[in-house]
Amino acid sequence: MSNIAVAAPRKTRGPWAVAFAKLARDRAAMASLAVFLLIVLACLSAPLYAKWAGVDPFASTLDAVIQIDGADVPVMEQSTEGLGLGYTPLGPTWRLGNYFLGADSQGRDVMARMLYGGLSSLLISGAATIFTLILGTAAGLIAGYFGGITDTVLSRLLDVLWAFPIYLLAISLSIVTIAHGITIGSIQIESGSLWLPVIIIGIVYVPYVARPIRGQVLSLRHSEFVLAAINLGVPGWRILWRDILPNVTTTLIVFVPLMMALNMLTESALSFLSIGVQPPAASWGTIIQDGQALLYTRPLVALVPGLAIAVSVMALNVFGDGLRDALDPRSKVRLGRD
Amino acid sequence: MKKLLLAASAAALLAGTWLAPAQAEYLKEHRGGTIRLLARSAAGTLDPHINYTDQGWQMYQPIYDGLVAFRKAEGMDGFTIVPDLAEALPQVSNDGKTFTFKLRKGIKFSSGQDLGVKDVVASFQRIFKVSGPTSGTFYAGIVGADKCLADTKSCTLEGGVVGDEVAGTITINITKPDAELLYKLALPHAVVLPADTPAEDMGSKPIPSTGAYMISAFDPNKGMTVSRNPNFKQWNEDAQPDGYPDVVQYDFGLSEEAAVTAIQNGEADWMFDALPSDRLGELGSKSMDQLHISPLSAWWYAPLNNRLAPFDNEKARQAVAYAIDRNTLVKLFGGKVLASPVCQVLPPDFPGHEDNCPFTKDPGAKWSAPDLDKAKQLVEDSGTKGQKVTIIVEDTAISRSIGVYLQSVLTSIGYVADVKPISSNIQFTYIQNTNNKVQMSVTQWYKDYPAASDFLNILFSCASFREGSDASINIAGFCDKEIDAKMQKALDLGVTDQKAADKLWAEVDRQVTDKAPAVGLFTPKRLDFVSKRLGNFKFNRQFNWMITQSWVQ
Repeated sequence: MSNIAVAAPRKTRGPWAVAFAKLARDRAAMASLAVFLLIVLACLSAPLYAKWAGVDPFASTLDAVIQIDGADVPVMEQSTEGLGLGYTPLGPTWRLGNYFLGADSQGRDVMARMLYGGLSSLLISGAATIFTLILGTAAGLIAGYFGGITDTVLSRLLDVLWAFPIYLLAISLSIVTIAHGITIGSIQIESGSLWLPVIIIGIVYVPYVARPIRGQVLSLRHSEFVLAAINLGVPGWRILWRDILPNVTTTLIVFVPLMMALNMLTESALSFLSIGVQPPAASWGTIIQDGQALLYTRPLVALVPGLAIAVSVMALNVFGDGLRDALDPRSKVRLGRD
Repeated sequence: MKKLLLAASAAALLAGTWLAPAQAEYLKEHRGGTIRLLARSAAGTLDPHINYTDQGWQMYQPIYDGLVAFRKAEGMDGFTIVPDLAEALPQVSNDGKTFTFKLRKGIKFSSGQDLGVKDVVASFQRIFKVSGPTSGTFYAGIVGADKCLADTKSCTLEGGVVGDEVAGTITINITKPDAELLYKLALPHAVVLPADTPAEDMGSKPIPSTGAYMISAFDPNKGMTVSRNPNFKQWNEDAQPDGYPDVVQYDFGLSEEAAVTAIQNGEADWMFDALPSDRLGELGSKSMDQLHISPLSAWWYAPLNNRLAPFDNEKARQAVAYAIDRNTLVKLFGGKVLASPVCQVLPPDFPGHEDNCPFTKDPGAKWSAPDLDKAKQLVEDSGTKGQKVTIIVEDTAISRSIGVYLQSVLTSIGYVADVKPISSNIQFTYIQNTNNKVQMSVTQWYKDYPAASDFLNILFSCASFREGSDASINIAGFCDKEIDAKMQKALDLGVTDQKAADKLWAEVDRQVTDKAPAVGLFTPKRLDFVSKRLGNFKFNRQFNWMITQSWVQ
């Protein structure tokens, strides 16, 4: 009589659950995610904050007077010493809802503009990321799977795009489209539209996504399950959709935070150069530009959005690294040209 | 015209005798040293027949000479015309169409060549040969100019500029009397250069000069060195006085912030660019004695495209003029010390200027407050409410802030407005070209010379509008045949009776202002920040600070 106990079969976790658990253990990544989500939440509250504070962050309010401790304080203060030259915007009051970060050179509440600016920056970088991923994935899948002339043409096109320094290309496209917008048939994007920077940033980064995806597809194309599907006569588009795309999904997910960080930097740079978000709308880049003229008297106007960009980009990058380690530890995905 | 010339000569003579001893004494005491100037960038080409910038024109004053010059004197006296390379102001004959100048003898170029009649004739031809920017406007009235404009390379100005080597005279014949000819001849575009100067833009190559100084080195990315002309002997202190410093070193590339710091530290003596707005308060209180505020004959304005909706409607244009709070714009520019609100075209103290402001709460002589109710009513009446307006501004801090303010004004009176800053390098030509369909813009106009026509005729005559051209200075596209005829009448009247002509210009100013082809924003003032060691600062209304009339030791 045997007394050997039979072990119950162990319940195995799926790859997503394993990755999630691994990500959850990565403290730096989770902390970064928390910071980023906090920034997103704060920016989403921009309209509520402006309403609560009773300010219009887009209108010039040079003659506005606010109350601090019962005293009337003008948001633009004229120098009273000597020749009485120049006006200095109100500095930070450190009171939420009452020019917390002070005023800019138009007498606008910097805090309210920071939140609206963040919203623009996040929207543009998020939308541009989706745009880049869709175009880059489509180009990578088609070039890698169909090969031959299709691959040659698409790869050369990507090479041409790749050959331009990113910022130079983005600046050139912005300058060309900034005055009159884009009109393609019945589709018209007006010059002040946020879609313009979205499309421009989205386009310039397509090769960054398309090339690694193409590389992965090239190797998947010769894997047994794909060859089997081809031999069974499954149509190409179906193989791409059902068999190959799911296998590059983890790479795409890893790309999301990293591309978003990159797009946020590009958007800020374009807006700083007056060829991204157009005034009076705000983005962190335009606020830095506004603050540039106040560096000497009100340095916070430029420093705070700079800090916001740095923290957001760092949070996204750290989270992106954690995501990559969790989802695809062998991946060599790096954003850059090397 | 003749009366004007006589008065000018007498004034010049009196002033010259009064100034002479004082300057001679000061020259002994303060002569020498190097004055260091700073600018963010060079002013473009060195060629005085082509360069059309304030920065360039200011620097040319101690370097080049024409037959006549604006007097090198402070304030409004700087608008007086005095003989320079010519011995005296010209003899005018042939009903005001012939001007005869007698050339001074014994003047040499910095290269050692003698100045002769042939140099003067060749210089006038060169204005056309290099397609000078004002050849088709200021000098188009010279006989033969039409042929020169049609075929620049073979320009002779035959019958237009005639030299007599034996008599040492130059005769300029013009097609019709021109009260402003002497002003035009006193501009850097008409200075005399050696006859063998190549008929092409000389770019970075200095051209020999007759003035007290010469350009001895130039690198557009680094700087310019201006030193004493070894062949200079003062002939008319009013036209070309000897200077105090031995060398003027003009360095390029420093930002405005860095330039202010350099001047504060005594490392530089003056900066060309406007002071950064966030340093004004500090400088105005701590460095008062180093600041000089001077009036300018200039105009910041917002041209409204009279040929595009919604501003093809006069009521819509007037609505904008009523709505804009000039005090706010003055505030954005740095405050009342640095700018004054305006409604009309001609700047204060300018010939033809008579205070007038129809677009204010209480219409009268001066602007008092915006009238938003009236503006909104006019927008309603014009039927343009809800239309889209784009404002094109320069990508500079001040222009951008004015654009943002105007956007909020337009929004408040019922338009859907947005503002677009574009590079300062292209904005001025971009807003002129009708192909770009610019509805509204923000720009500035600084006088070339002190005549009402330099604002009204140039900015609002039918002839100044050119469809599809980058050089259509009538940015608003305004064309009113009746006003045009009146401007022509004022120009003609100026030849015989300048006072009556100025009265007529005042009327033109009123009529143009009433039709609101553009909205006057403010008149700026010049703020010069100089080093502690710099003395004898003198501001000339025509060409700004007279650099070499200040001393540094």
